[in-house]
Parts: sequence; C-alpha cells; structure tokens
Amino acid sequence: MGEQERQRRIEPSDGGPDMVQLVTPEGERVSHPEYDAIADEVTTQELQGFYRDMVIVRRCDNEATALQRQGELGLWVPSLGQEAAQVGSGRAMRTQDFAFPTYREHGVAWCRGVDPLNLLAMFRGVHNGGWNSFEKNFHLYTIIIGAQTLHATGYAMGIQRDHAVGSGDPDRDAAVIAYFGDGASAQGDVGEAFVFAGVNNAPVVFFCQNNQWAISEPNERQMRIPIYLRAKGYGFPGTRVDGNDVLATYAVTKRFLDDARDGQGPALIEAFTYRMGAHTTSDDPTKYRVSAEVEVWKLRDPIARLRNLLARAHGVPQSFFEEVDAEAAEVGTDLRARCLALPDPSPASMFDHVYAEPHPVMDRERAELTAYLSSFEGAHA
Amino acid sequence: MSIDTTQQPATEGDPAEQPAAAPATKRLNTAKAMVEAIAREMERDEDVFVLGEDVGAYGGIFSSTTGLLDRFGPERVMDTPISETGFIGAAIGAATEGMRPIVELMFVDFFGVCMDQIYNHMAKIHFESGGNVKVPMVLMTAVGGGYSDGAQHSQCLWGTFAHLPGMKVVVPSNPADAAGLMTAAIRDDNPVVFMFHKGIQGLPWMAKNKRSIGPVPTGDHVVEIGKAATARPGSDVTVVTLSLSVHHALDVAEELAADGTADVEVIDLRSIVPLDTEAIIESVTRTGHLVIVDEDYQSFGLSGEIAARIAEHDPTILKAPISRVAVPDVPIPYARPLEYTALPTPARIKEAIIGQVAPA
Ligand SMILES: Cc1ncc(C[n+]2csc(CCOP(=O)(O)OP(=O)(O)O)c2C)c(N)n1
Ligand SMILES: [Mg+2]
Repeated sequence: MGEQERQRRIEPSDGGPDMVQLVTPEGERVSHPEYDAIADEVTTQELQGFYRDMVIVRRCDNEATALQRQGELGLWVPSLGQEAAQVGSGRAMRTQDFAFPTYREHGVAWCRGVDPLNLLAMFRGVHNGGWNSFEKNFHLYTIIIGAQTLHATGYAMGIQRDHAVGSGDPDRDAAVIAYFGDGASAQGDVGEAFVFAGVNNAPVVFFCQNNQWAISEPNERQMRIPIYLRAKGYGFPGTRVDGNDVLATYAVTKRFLDDARDGQGPALIEAFTYRMGAHTTSDDPTKYRVSAEVEVWKLRDPIARLRNLLARAHGVPQSFFEEVDAEAAEVGTDLRARCLALPDPSPASMFDHVYAEPHPVMDRERAELTAYLSSFEGAHA
Repeated sequence: MSIDTTQQPATEGDPAEQPAAAPATKRLNTAKAMVEAIAREMERDEDVFVLGEDVGAYGGIFSSTTGLLDRFGPERVMDTPISETGFIGAAIGAATEGMRPIVELMFVDFFGVCMDQIYNHMAKIHFESGGNVKVPMVLMTAVGGGYSDGAQHSQCLWGTFAHLPGMKVVVPSNPADAAGLMTAAIRDDNPVVFMFHKGIQGLPWMAKNKRSIGPVPTGDHVVEIGKAATARPGSDVTVVTLSLSVHHALDVAEELAADGTADVEVIDLRSIVPLDTEAIIESVTRTGHLVIVDEDYQSFGLSGEIAARIAEHDPTILKAPISRVAVPDVPIPYARPLEYTALPTPARIKEAIIGQVAPA
C-alpha cells in the first residue's frame, strides 16, 4: 500500500465539492440551487416513507446475512450501508419504468414491490431467478459484471421504438435505470453501453453505486478520474450525488429519469457511498481494508442522518421511529419463517425452461433421470 | 488453511543433491502447491508475472496467488480492473514482447466476456505470424460446481477450450500435478489454459476433500503436458476422468474393490490438449469396459471425443457400450438438490460402473 493510498484509507474522500448533498451527515438540510425545487416538493410523509424503507431494507438484509451464517442460504450479498442510494433511486422511478439491477440491489427490489422472499428463494437455491421481471419491472439479478448495462440500453431502445418516450403522456412515457458498481465501470460492456445509449439518445439512466470497493480492490485500482466525469466524453450529463443522502439521491435520480422519459436521453449518476459489510458472505474484508476507514463511514450512515433530519427539522415524534423499528422486526421475523418454509424443487425440474418449448434432448434426459432416480426408490423399498 | 509439513524437512535447491530414490516432498494443498510453483518460477525468471482480479492482497478468490504480492510486490503481482478483455489482451501483448504472464480469469464462466482475446488472438497469433510471434502465457482459471454458485459460476467448459486450436489445456486433480503442470505451463512457449477445480484447492470454506492435500516434490518438478496418469490400476473397468471427478472415481473404485464388485482402473487425464489417447486405448484394450466421467456438459464435448477416438481406433476392444457420466445439457442449477442431480456424483459413477460389470 503506497503512502497516498494509506492516507486515503484513514481519511476517506468526502466526495468533493461537486457532489450534490442536501442533508449533511449530521442531518442538517443544506441548500443546492439545482435540486432545492425537487427536494422541497418532498413532503414529510414521503421522507418518513424513505426512512421506513431504509430501516426495513436493512432489517431484511441483516436477517438474510444471519440466515446464510446459519446455513440456510447458499450465499448472501449484503447491501448494508447502501440503503439511501437504493431507496432514493428506487423511489424516483415510476411504475412503468424498468430497473436492471446487479446482485446487491435489495433496496431497489423493495421499492419496486418485489417481496424480499423472492431474493432469499434465489440465494437459498430453491428457484433460479426468484421473481418474474415483468411483474414489478425489476429485471433478474446479473452477476456477470456490467452485462446488464447493455441490456438496459437495449431495453430503453425498445421503449423508444414503442413510442413510449417524449409522448407527453405521464402514464405512458417510461425510462430505464441501469445499476452497476464502481468496479464495473472498468468493464468494456459498460463503456459500450455508454456509446450506444449516447448515440441512440436512449432513455436510460446509468446509476453507479460507488461503494469504494470492488471486492478487494479500491477505487484507485479501477480508475484515474471520478466516474461521473466520464459521461462528458460520451456526450451526456454526469453527476455525483451523496449516495448516503436519500433526499439528494432521490432528487438527482428523479430529475434524470424525468428527462429521459421526456426524450432528453441518457445520464450518468455516481452515487458516492460505502459498502459497510463484506463483499459477500464468502468474503473477509479484514484481509484488505482498515477499520479506520469503516469507522469514518459509520459517521455518514444514511439512516441515522435522515432520522436526525426528521426529528429536528420536521418535528417527527419518537413514537414514529419506534413504530418503524417494530414493523421492521416483524417483517424480518416473518421473512425468516417464510424462508425456512420454502420447499425444495424437484430434481427433474432442472430440465424445465432450458428452451422455450418442449425439446427432444430435454425430454430424453428427463426420462433418463427419472428412471435413474426410481431405480433408487426400488432399491430402498 | 491447514497445511501439514512432512517428517522430511523441505529441502530447497539443487535437485541433484537429493537422493534419487525418494525425492523430498512437502505436504501441501493444491492452492498452496500452485502458489509455490508460481513463486519458484517467478524467482527463476523475472519475465514471469501475475495479473488478474483480486490476485494481490486478497490472494486470489480461490487462493491461487496467496502471499505472492508480499513476496514479489505490486509490479509483478498486479490487481487489475474488472476488464477481462483488457487484462487478457494486455497479457497477450506483454507475452509477445517477451514476458511470461500468468493471467487469472477468476471463474472460467467469465470467458464469455473476453473470448475474442483468448481464441482469436492468444490462440492464433503464433499461427498467423508464421511462427514468428510466440505467446508464452498461462491463462489460469477456476472451474467446477458443487457449492451452489449458479449457472454462471459453476461450469467446467474445458471441452469448449479444447475444441479451439492453438492452446494447450491442462486440468490437474491433485497438488503434485498442479505444481508440476503449472511449472510446465509457465515454461511452455504456447499459451496454456490451466483449469483448476475449486473443490480440489483445499479451501476451508469448500466441502472437505482429503485428496486436496498431498505430497509435492520440493525440487524442480515438471509434469509433462499431454501425459495421463493411472491414478489407480485395475483390470475390470476403465474410468477415464479428470479434475475433481478423479477423487470421486477413486472413492468409488475403493468401495467397489472392498466389496469385491469390480477392480476399477482410474485414468486421470491431467491434460486434454494434447489428449493422451494411447493411455486410454491401452487401458480399455485390457479391461474392455469404459466409463467416461466428465463434469462438463455431455453433448459435443470431451466424453464424445474420447468415444470417437476409441471408435476410430477399434471399436471391438469394447465388450459393452461406453457409459458417460456427465452434466446433462442444462445450465448448472443453483438449487442444491438440482445441482447435485446434474453433477457426476459418486452415486452416478458407481451406477455406471456396476452397469458395465453386471451381466447383461
Ligand atoms: C465479468 C466478471 N468478472 C468478475 C466477476 C467477479 N466479481 C463479482 S463482484 C466483483 C466486484 C464488483 O465490484 P463493483 O462493480 O464495484 O460492485 P460491488 O460488488 O462493489 O457492488 C467481481 C470482480 C464477475 N462476477 N463478472
Ligand atoms: Mg463497488
């Protein structure tokens, strides 16, 4: 580790002067000329809704981590610390918009109305995909880094060709949001998605959660200039937002999704945030990062800051926070119970859905498997 | 990671100084054996360097580079951005310049991102240059399933790589072969794809596998690429296999020997390009029975190739039709009960062997 890198880890960047922030880590509302108008339209009740979302998302995430530790899930990918980036952007979407997540967007799934049980079913290995993408306009999790940015771009081009962009009908016009990570920004697919979206003026918002790490590799292994600055080279706007500030994330995402729906083309948002937990439950971050860095980021916690804002500036009473905690605990306990009750799939079901219609090879191999399995049943009888 | 050291102290240095009869060995798990082989070559040849995702401080997701960063520094052990096309393409360029890069593709499944660099460039530059430009590099990559990692993280795909001309493909099953094949791969003037199964690495978070730890010669140790090994001699049935399936085949062979069902010969291919056809034919000529165990997809792959070579040589050496125990033609399921139905488990291998020896 070089001296500069060591220093960065002890004094992690605060995002710099270009970063859009509307609520400070201490929970104070600060003004931003470009985004005050959108932020001022957000009611106290809506802010309370964001708060509730974030607390429940965190509770479900912790529950899933615990379930994995107890051997009930194959793997879990914690979203801990990224709740504001996910809820802020997720709540900025309209029903008809479409999200292409990575594998960590449990908070976005929640905002889309995807039952968290679906996420757990996938990580428990009782279902391949877990949910129907079209029910809530929330695509499959994509684990091959960056691939979904191209799918999002193509989907957005489909929307264009369906004339659901810039028609002026607020219930018809739609946009796409493509999630990806700081590490993914190095992937060729992502650069090519930017080219395609730019050239085609596609209604897609690229939403990068810069959580500072790509498994064990920090930002400086991946890039030389901040990610949001790249947008300029592709010909669309790029903005860095405080990804631990749910209000700012909401405002910035809303603006660019609205623009995309109106036909103004793509945008890149870099949400500056932090992966508080391990990369996945298979990872041990103490191998490569120092606790001093984690401590600094704890002070920027997204939930604590909104709570302070609500209590101090909006006069929200203590009882509200207690109610939310109680509700989150209930959701978590219920999620656990439903997860443990999930039935195992039958072995022959692996031949389903390889092809869109009945297929001779699948039929033959399914029959072979069934015969093989029934030979055991005979043996035990 | 638990690594036993042997009674014999690890002797470094000139192999000539060691008694010829019993070469000094050290008990290592496969991951450590790979690391030691890489480190030795990095010490011997300063053109050798390592690059890939999380190969530095992390030490490789499957521990194939643990400790190398501390020993050789960031210039020779490079953490790369998540740009498989970028770092494999750059490794090709460095190899043409005279370096000997070892590049890690974290999971073989990610080959899709960077296949143009691999098969249109890495594998063809030597041919297209009329032999003027060599590409002496190792593409090492983790393969295999069995731990619920889904359809994009559990494949073997060696058949895919073996199908494409221009690169050698090695697939060790144990620590000594991993070390010896790694050394051979680094010294080879061709691009060599080195495919290691996660289940043989000896990782504490994988299913326990006693065969993932074993003696590794401490001196200069090279396993010739293209030579199969007889992992267990036998006279009734030949099982031709590779990688983790060798372990399963050996377990089953021991069980069937103990209960007197069959005396099974297990051939560990170790390399599939080139494929040791002679070893296969020699064994099957003796036993007359062939079971091919392959953790890759069944159709259009290694198992079909082996069957074709027997058929081309002399199908009458077979006393019964060939049995294949491979992954059915479906993506590897994440769900554990489904995944274990798809994989070539000991139970499936046993059934196939019994099917060969049972009177028709
Ligand atoms: C093409 C490809 N290469 C490598 C990986 C292995 N991998 C999984 S997650 C990850 C890090 C991704 O980092 P980032 O994009 O910052 O997202 P984060 O995990 O931090 O949310 C890597 C390298 C992969 N899944 N796909
Ligand atoms: Mg990241």
